[in-house]
Amino acid sequence: MTMKIDAKGMHYRTLNKMIRDAVASGEKEFELDNIGGQRYIGAGLNENVKITINGTSGNDLGVFMNGAKIIINANAQDGIANTMNAGEIIVHGSVGDIVGYAMRGGKLYIKGDVGYRVGIHMKEYKKQVPIIIAGGTAGDFFGEYMAGGIMILLGMNEKNPLVGNYVGTGMHGGVMYIRGKVDPYHLGKEVSCLELSEEDIKLISGYLKEYCEHFGFDFNAVMSGKFTKLVPLSLRPYGNMYVY
Amino acid sequence: MESQLPAEFIVNIDHERCRKCKRCVMNCSFSAIEFKDKVTANNRQCVACHRCATFCPENAITITQNPLDYKDGYNWSPEIRKNILKQAESGGMILTGMGNPKPYPIYWDHMLIDACQVTNPSIDPLREPMELRTYLGAKPEFLEFEGDPGNISLKTELAPQVKLDIPIVFAAMSYGAISLNAHKALAMAARRMGTLMNTGEGGLHEDLAGYADRIIVQVASGRFGVTSKYLNNSALVEIKIGQGAKPGIGGHLPGEKVGEDISKTRMIPVGTDALSPAPHHDIYSIEDLSQLIYAIKETTDYKKPVSVKIAAVHNVAAIASGIVRAGADVVMIDGFRGGTGAAPMIIRDHVGIPIELALAAVDDRLRQEGIRNRASILVGGSIRQSADVVKAIALGADACVIGTASLIAMGCRVCQKCYTGNCAWGIATQKPELVRRLNPEVAADRLCNLLTAWGHEIQEVLGSLGINAIESLRGSRERLRGVGLNQEALDILGIKHAGIGQ
Amino acid sequence: MKSDGIPSGCAISGLMSEDGRRINGKKIIESIACMHDRSNGLGGGFAAYGIYPKRKDMYAFHMMYDNARAKEDTEEFFKDHFNVDKDEAIPTHRQNGISDPPILWRYFLEVPENKLEFLSERDYVAKTVMKIHSEIEGSFVASSGMNMGAFKGVGYPEDIGRFFKLEEYSAYIWTAHGRFPTNTPGWWGGAHPFTLLDWSVVHNGEISSYGINKRYLEMFGYKLELRTDTEVIAYMFDLLVRKHKLPVEIAAETLAAAFWKDIDRMEPGKKKIATAIRQVYGSTLLNGPFSIIIGHNRGMIGLNDRIKLRPMTAARKDDMLYMASEESAIREIAPDLDEVWSPRAGTPVFGTLKAGVE
Repeated sequence: MTMKIDAKGMHYRTLNKMIRDAVASGEKEFELDNIGGQRYIGAGLNENVKITINGTSGNDLGVFMNGAKIIINANAQDGIANTMNAGEIIVHGSVGDIVGYAMRGGKLYIKGDVGYRVGIHMKEYKKQVPIIIAGGTAGDFFGEYMAGGIMILLGMNEKNPLVGNYVGTGMHGGVMYIRGKVDPYHLGKEVSCLELSEEDIKLISGYLKEYCEHFGFDFNAVMSGKFTKLVPLSLRPYGNMYVY
Repeated sequence: MESQLPAEFIVNIDHERCRKCKRCVMNCSFSAIEFKDKVTANNRQCVACHRCATFCPENAITITQNPLDYKDGYNWSPEIRKNILKQAESGGMILTGMGNPKPYPIYWDHMLIDACQVTNPSIDPLREPMELRTYLGAKPEFLEFEGDPGNISLKTELAPQVKLDIPIVFAAMSYGAISLNAHKALAMAARRMGTLMNTGEGGLHEDLAGYADRIIVQVASGRFGVTSKYLNNSALVEIKIGQGAKPGIGGHLPGEKVGEDISKTRMIPVGTDALSPAPHHDIYSIEDLSQLIYAIKETTDYKKPVSVKIAAVHNVAAIASGIVRAGADVVMIDGFRGGTGAAPMIIRDHVGIPIELALAAVDDRLRQEGIRNRASILVGGSIRQSADVVKAIALGADACVIGTASLIAMGCRVCQKCYTGNCAWGIATQKPELVRRLNPEVAADRLCNLLTAWGHEIQEVLGSLGINAIESLRGSRERLRGVGLNQEALDILGIKHAGIGQ
Repeated sequence: MKSDGIPSGCAISGLMSEDGRRINGKKIIESIACMHDRSNGLGGGFAAYGIYPKRKDMYAFHMMYDNARAKEDTEEFFKDHFNVDKDEAIPTHRQNGISDPPILWRYFLEVPENKLEFLSERDYVAKTVMKIHSEIEGSFVASSGMNMGAFKGVGYPEDIGRFFKLEEYSAYIWTAHGRFPTNTPGWWGGAHPFTLLDWSVVHNGEISSYGINKRYLEMFGYKLELRTDTEVIAYMFDLLVRKHKLPVEIAAETLAAAFWKDIDRMEPGKKKIATAIRQVYGSTLLNGPFSIIIGHNRGMIGLNDRIKLRPMTAARKDDMLYMASEESAIREIAPDLDEVWSPRAGTPVFGTLKAGVE
């Protein structure tokens, strides 16, 4: 049974407490209607529950989340998947800035565009490899300070530019795949561009198949594009800055 | 490039006394002592950590400053000349450790405490109650009660409060900056003394999970090791915005310090640099801070007080007011003399303001706005002795934070080489052979002794002030007088000059 | 000369009829006179409740003026801020030992409706009292409550009492104070009781936590001009009981809170209250030696500090409650008592006017 909540005019504190309490008493599925800006949905949720959101969700959706699955049938705002540890977020729309900040695990699939500073300080640890896939374009500082994980930007809507300035500035871990050509002028100093290997293609195919299923994209059409792979030049970009 | 830098120290070995036991050689972690037929010093490597001198069974080692004289120059001090040489040889920013050593005024040493004579009695702390218990957390402006006289019950639900048996907590020092044994010692001492230790931004080692109720867990810009479990496994959660030793800049744990264990608590791969960005990238404005505070409260079900730590900077009073209004339960202010494991010297020595002035300004501002009750104030940044704690509390702090003092208690000699990872005392290092040198049990005893002694000293002062609860000192600036301060400083501190009565 | 800020020793006495019977002022003079040696002639005073039954719903302002100019300025101020029903000189009698009194005048005031758009009547009156103290040079409000008044000045308390002709007043509560200041300010306003609205405080001792008590009150808009800890106590009660609406017994508990050692042993309900009081009201704890008698329109509260550094005796006889620094001061006026006891440290004694009695 799905627990339905009409969140019209409800404060986030009330809404999130309702969800937490219901999860504690064993509820597994939620459908939230008339969401309008309520923050922190799924904050710190450790349980394997599914939340469907109808309406524009508020900032910090999935913050510190650790295993839940959230489906958003609209655009989402800033701070989505902030410091997320595990779980899955699927957005049938576009999202704002600071997406997946310090995200350490789980999946964030976005159908449309992403804003500024996406995947900033994203990191990975052992089996926890976070992945962000966005179907549209991205703003500046894509993958800034990136320390781990995988980001894929598809540019399906063919808007220009595909990605903003300072891509991967300060990057010291992880990998980005951008479908299309990235002007070197847009790259941060700490990044190098590579061709995709067989293994890369195998890797992204797995994720992209799943991604395409969520949004009804044609997998082959997606894979037919030419991808650019971005990796850090060094794991220690600032090692020579100091004297003792 | 060949270095033109002279040695800073000279290691003198008294070969008459030396029995060639080589203990000094084994103890030196900076390669400053070798054995070639006899004990030989490599003066250039010596940092004056005193490990060799302390462990020499014959007291055959002394360490002196290199008496190398420079041509007189008040403006071009030897230190400035040496720094230029270093940079000319490397092109690097000068990195350093511990707190600001420059001779800026220390306002603690310009404040004197009152005592009772005749008109009100002093109290004997050895025989009468003398209460130091302090609670950290937001307090309501007033309490509401219900029921009839004789059967009154409390209606107000208080925000979460953390109990301290002594108003001194251990400062944030990450596992990474300091060793696991040092962390263990701090946690054990915190539990025994009824106070708190602070993980810093490096996550929490699994060995310390059992100390959750005595631990402040920090959320810094790098979010290392931050999970919902980490947030909930704590007494209090602290958002670190800034640090007194390096306001406005990020942190940098070099990859060589990220071994297997550090990698586990920080949740990053072995050998990668742990870079903490300068800002939190989800906080670009005060309303964003509020957003993060409430993200943490949502994640901890409003059961943990949330602290926000800032460095003392020019506009600290207004910033602190904003932090309180953003929903913080505790504001931690770190003065410009606060310590660090590593910071660029230009920042450590030239940025920020003294904690004494910052504290006075913040407490005043919160009172003017009528919101002082909404958050506890913790202050740190070179609290060196119990007298500093007393003065800080009289200026308005709820409790003090000690970092360097606690390291010194464990054995630190303030050689300022924390960033090298070669700490001979097993404190600021991750090298197993050095970490082993610090016995957590012994170090915890030393920390407990320090706090016990300071607790007695604080009680002694309270008794002489004629008060028997720490809250009667808190903010009671009437009991302080300034000496040798100008009017502006007195006004900011909110105290009168010595010689002026009530 | 408002800023004396002098530490002082003292004698205090208080009596009340819980039935609301009116007691002649002679009694309280006799009681406080018995403790003559606790004072040094530099201050004495009284508070009396129930003395203005005809104008019991008006604010009775007892004023002290240094000069005619101060009186003029204050009367102008009253005209702007109140409806003045009546004003007159406070009757006095030439008395040996009393010299150089200020101009003593009383006013019966009502608050015009249009002044109360944004604040309550009592807030308004409290604010005007503080305004007079801070803005009108040479003008001092000795008391400002309804159906009560403070009579105080420089001299031994018994002389002050006769000077003010207290034998012509009858009150259901009387409190008195004889002062032993350790320097010589000779300012009439500095004598006890200190008052605000109908709160009056007589106080023996000095509070070592004055600095923080004062700063705490300032956070709530109180202006403390007198630099005395007794003023702090009067304002504290105003804040805690009138503004924060704490039950009187809780308010008393905040001033002399239990020790943690004892709180830790309390049963859960009490422990929760005592803990919250210390967490929230740490800054109102009066630390240091004190015994005080607080008067208000519905009763009297006696309280001493939590380690009993100042003396206090309480006694009952029929509907009468007595409290004083020394038992002898009670026996002097009521030799035959039902019960006499020394209140324990930090444990308040309450006298409460019976319901329905005015």
